[in-house]
Amino acid sequence: MADKKRGVKHLGRIKGFAIQFLPYSEIRSLDSDERIKKILSITLGNNILILQGRLTPNEEARLIGDTMAMIGHVKQFKGIELAVISGNGKESVFGKLKSGIANALVGGDFGAITIIGPATIVKEMKRNPKKIELLLNR
Amino acid sequence: MAIKVFRNFFKRIFSSLFKQKKEIKLGFYGPPNAGKTSLANRICKDFTGQEMGTVSKIPHETRKVQFKEKVEIEYKGKKMVFKMIDTPGIATKIDYENFLKYKMSKKDAKTRAKEATQGVIESIKWLDDMDLVVVVIDATENPYNQVNITIIGNLVARKIPVLIVANKIDLKKADIKKIEAAFPEYDVVGISARYGDNLEEFYESIFKISKKV
Repeated sequence: MADKKRGVKHLGRIKGFAIQFLPYSEIRSLDSDERIKKILSITLGNNILILQGRLTPNEEARLIGDTMAMIGHVKQFKGIELAVISGNGKESVFGKLKSGIANALVGGDFGAITIIGPATIVKEMKRNPKKIELLLNR
Repeated sequence: MAIKVFRNFFKRIFSSLFKQKKEIKLGFYGPPNAGKTSLANRICKDFTGQEMGTVSKIPHETRKVQFKEKVEIEYKGKKMVFKMIDTPGIATKIDYENFLKYKMSKKDAKTRAKEATQGVIESIKWLDDMDLVVVVIDATENPYNQVNITIIGNLVARKIPVLIVANKIDLKKADIKKIEAAFPEYDVVGISARYGDNLEEFYESIFKISKKV
């Protein structure tokens, strides 16, 4: 009440979540199915995952497909928010994409970072060439 | 000998006269509500007189892959035959509660969400079957959306030619330069599927890219 009078805005209660960092070495030896399974199990545990490196485009598409298959079958799961950043920030998306694909094919593009969060926690990932902003649900 | 030469000559003449033109599988991909069906409808209506599917302000209106075979597009005297494949919008999340905003019942919203998730899976499966893909992006939205990048990444990996269409250029918020800056290695054609603006440039690009198929 006193805060309201002073014009201070409350942030509201943010639902419980954790941020988990996963080095690429943890998924390097896994096949595509196992990688996606691991990523989804971390995300389903209300974690925002920061993955060193990136998935191949095919794995990204499969991740989206598997996510869709889980909506409606896992209670309160509404999907994921996903963003990948790579390169020095001066390249175009396609430039990053090309080097990303080339690197991913041989093993992960370590310069890249993949952020994946459950949609129940991450409302939006606002992205431009220089930064990614995570907007959380309250 | 002379008979054989004549026979081969006539065979070639007849086969070129009656040879069926190759049907190019042209896919329309992109996030929900970018205008994939509006563009597919516009093309089909121009060349066949019929539309492909229904459009709506509510996202995920197209929840099943839709086809239109043998669509012959004519541009500057040249003709090409396409199998048009309109796909459901690809998303990373689908919440039935978002559909309730459109005065939909809870039951209908849940059904729509379920069908939409299946539609996304179907769209992804169809990626392998395309000869050429038009990625439709809403020019009023941020192009650095991971869905756009994942779709294009998959097409590049499969060596499928891509044309990026920046739709909704009739709207004030539209920013084609932002899309061109995000994908400088691609042809980006700004259009309004709703009003049919700049479709000439679109057809020209389609014919140009079709040569790579």
